[in-house]
Amino acid sequence: MRIGVITFPGSLDDVDAARAVRLAGGEPVALWHGDHDLKDVDAVVLPGGFSYGDYLRAGAIAARSPLMQDVVAAAHGGLPVLGICNGFQVLCEAGLLPGALTRNSHLHFRNRDQLLRVERADTAWTGDYADGQEILIPVKNGEGRYVAADADLDRLEGENRVVFRYVGGNPNGSSRDIAGVTSENGRVVGLMPHPEHAVEDLTGPSTDGLGFFTSVLKAVVNA
Amino acid sequence: MSIDTVDVAAQNPDDEQPWAELGLKADEYARIREILGRRPTTAELAMYSVMWSEHCSYKSSKVHLRQFGDLPKSDALLVGIGENAGVVDVGEGYAVTFKVESHNHPSYVEPYQGAATGVGGIVRDILTMGARPIAVMDSLRFGRADAPDTARVLPGVVAGVGGYGNCLGLPNIGGELLFDECYTGNPLVNALCVGVMKHEDVHLAKAEGAGNKVVLFGARTGGDGIGGVSVLASETFDAEGPAKRPAVQVGDPFTEKLLIEACLELFAQDLVTGIQDLGGAGLSCATSELASAGTGGMHVDLETVPLRDSTLTPAEILMSESQERMCAIVEPGKVEQFLAVCRKWDVRAAVIGEVTDGDRLTVDWHGERIVDVPPRTVAHEGPVYERPMQRPADLDALQADDPARLTRPATPAELQAHWLAVVSSPDGADKSWVTEQYDRYVRGNTVLAQPEDAGVVRIDEQSFLGIALSLDGNARFARLDPYTGTRLNLAEAYRNVAATGATPLAVTNCLNFGSPENPEVMWQFAEAVRGLADGCRELGLPVTGGNVSLYNQTGDVAINPTPVIGVLGVHEDVRTRIPSGWRNAGETVLLLGETRPEFGGSAWASVVHGHLGGRPPVVDLAAERSLAELLAALGRDRLVASAHDLADGGLAQALTESALRYGTGARLALGDDAFTALFSESAARVVVTTTEPDRVRNVAAAAGVQVTDLGTTGGEALVLDGVLDLPLAELRAAWSATLPALFGGPEHSTVFTVPAGTVPTS
Repeated sequence: MRIGVITFPGSLDDVDAARAVRLAGGEPVALWHGDHDLKDVDAVVLPGGFSYGDYLRAGAIAARSPLMQDVVAAAHGGLPVLGICNGFQVLCEAGLLPGALTRNSHLHFRNRDQLLRVERADTAWTGDYADGQEILIPVKNGEGRYVAADADLDRLEGENRVVFRYVGGNPNGSSRDIAGVTSENGRVVGLMPHPEHAVEDLTGPSTDGLGFFTSVLKAVVNA
Repeated sequence: MSIDTVDVAAQNPDDEQPWAELGLKADEYARIREILGRRPTTAELAMYSVMWSEHCSYKSSKVHLRQFGDLPKSDALLVGIGENAGVVDVGEGYAVTFKVESHNHPSYVEPYQGAATGVGGIVRDILTMGARPIAVMDSLRFGRADAPDTARVLPGVVAGVGGYGNCLGLPNIGGELLFDECYTGNPLVNALCVGVMKHEDVHLAKAEGAGNKVVLFGARTGGDGIGGVSVLASETFDAEGPAKRPAVQVGDPFTEKLLIEACLELFAQDLVTGIQDLGGAGLSCATSELASAGTGGMHVDLETVPLRDSTLTPAEILMSESQERMCAIVEPGKVEQFLAVCRKWDVRAAVIGEVTDGDRLTVDWHGERIVDVPPRTVAHEGPVYERPMQRPADLDALQADDPARLTRPATPAELQAHWLAVVSSPDGADKSWVTEQYDRYVRGNTVLAQPEDAGVVRIDEQSFLGIALSLDGNARFARLDPYTGTRLNLAEAYRNVAATGATPLAVTNCLNFGSPENPEVMWQFAEAVRGLADGCRELGLPVTGGNVSLYNQTGDVAINPTPVIGVLGVHEDVRTRIPSGWRNAGETVLLLGETRPEFGGSAWASVVHGHLGGRPPVVDLAAERSLAELLAALGRDRLVASAHDLADGGLAQALTESALRYGTGARLALGDDAFTALFSESAARVVVTTTEPDRVRNVAAAAGVQVTDLGTTGGEALVLDGVLDLPLAELRAAWSATLPALFGGPEHSTVFTVPAGTVPTS
């Protein structure tokens, strides 16, 4: 199973995402932002980092890179796409996910081990979790406050598209404790916390993040 | 604009030159004229002035630092002092390079950019060696925590360290945060970077092979960082010229991230013959050092340097300290491929000159010669001073002021109050407010990070080979006795690395002192260097490099001597690392090492009594070595579940941190003198927990290390049998409230007072 990991200029957690794919049993495939080539991958991860230095707005420039045009088209065709942190920001800027990520309410970059509640265990990236399960994975961002108009938030919740909520403290002031959301078809997921940093006992606060990557392998097989 | 060329200089030998404004002494200026056989051109004067500055030339410290080079040869040392950073063999074909550098003065002027570019500079030093940077650390010191200026400087410094390191994708794995009145107006910002490569990938800063091209790549050159030499842009030279430039450089970590990836790809494709980063003194430094370390000859056409500001004069271009720039020596046949790699990473690159036969560094500006110098005289043969030294006049009185006279806690309630005061003081308190602003996870190899004793990073995912790093500097000890204090700092960093189970391998340092023109400061400096050299000899460790920061003083008042020591250790298998926190109830708590009534320079004396006097603790490096070997064995055989170094704040601080890490208390018996047990800062001690106390005792006995049984982990309090019962909730409240109350952002904006029980440090 081939899972692509995109490297934009300024991507940082691409090596971590590739490792997580490997540990889950998939084959990580490096994708380059400037190519129009998805290399026949079965799913795509947009990793964390500071693409283009967060200049203009976080994720704004990367969302307009050549490869993202292919990602958007493929996502509309059902390709599973996961955006982590800066990747989530890119997905929002590319219009694949609703809402926006703004400066943390306390104005600091914050790195913490964070509890999340899985609100939906039926997306392409969460099938190995149970509804309501709590998982512990790191959060680390300066612009992670999820915002949208109240009507849009109502609609998102009404359509059951909130995938994760912060539990035990909201680290960045996100609206309604939202940590991650999904597309209408449940194939595109974006979240601020970092599952790829919780895949080994040696280096993570838990191995709770591995489920994202095992989930998508099964979702691809079953698709 | 008329250009001061070599010909003009020869024809007008008597033109007045602003050598004094540029920081040169009369005899230094005379020596430049002697070297050149004429007056220097404006550009040459600029080059000499920055390269002969204290910062670049080490002119006051050189005669002392030679002691490090005289240490016995270490098999582990692949590249020693003199290069951008030392390189150490850690096994399996891997080489590790690490170095710590100060960015003190810029961080005081502009905290965010000063600290950010401090990180950027040290990362480029590591990159220049051919290594991939894998982690950073920061050692920070400020004035009193409740001083208004600390509230200005600290948040910016922390945000700058985080902002730059986070954006580069480098985990911050540890460091220090300390406060003392003496740093008011002179905060210390020392940044460390560590990188890893294979032995065959080591690159050096030298220009060899006539005809090879000199390529400048990275950010364009602007007017930032010209600083003290801004006189060159003033009316003295050209009244029509640009205005004075800011002295502090402005960082762009995104550009540096691209520079890192581009450099590593250039190294991998073998496109680089020699390489040097541009830091202090910019192009002046890079070109003269590359040429000086190589065969000597280099020519540069300065108008080919890509500029951010077209009005810069040649001298300004030579001195600009614009960040995120590198200079490489490239074979002509490889230039196209080199430029292609730079294009891939959106890194600007320009061929600015070439390596030449002969031994002159020449620089032209639109065809006119403005520099023609022997590069060694610029880079390596600067002035050297044997500054006068004198033992501080107040030292006898200071050492005689023994803390034995200080009032000790008379009741259990007072003992508890002193305990809470020490651990909730700004130095002892929880540092999460700072460390949460740093990414410790990126790259996925961080095994231990702050608040652990040392940072531990995996460097091979198959073999689990890894490294440990600690950065320590107790300036109170160094003030009381710089020789012993420096040895204690070395011992503490060494012990912190050993406490994780690693084997210490090499030493780096950042020596922060006052003005070398003050004989008392110079004596402190010399004593510190002697102490570090002697200590390294006794521990069998090489000094791989270091950094000296002088003139840290306001008026006549110097900072306490602050030698910050970094120790690198190796873990053959990071899976056997020993963490510092207690996770499980029912483990036996053992103290390894001997406790003596030693309170000189202690946190207790400082926090509770505002006292600094007496003698620092005795340092016994043989005992430190035995303890380190014991800890390595205990780790390897997995005989201990936790280990925590005892240092500032003694056992009281260590127990607090180990218990609060995962919320596991302990029931302890500390003998008749609980006060000494809790607050003494005797060195060579570690507290461990184990499920196999008998085996630990046996191994310790064989190693000649004293073992004291303290009690058993468990419960939700730290209980001293028959003395006091300190609930962890109360302890945590005191320990974790201090920094948010002092520096908290909008979340904490209603809290401005230091919690009760806190006594700010002197």
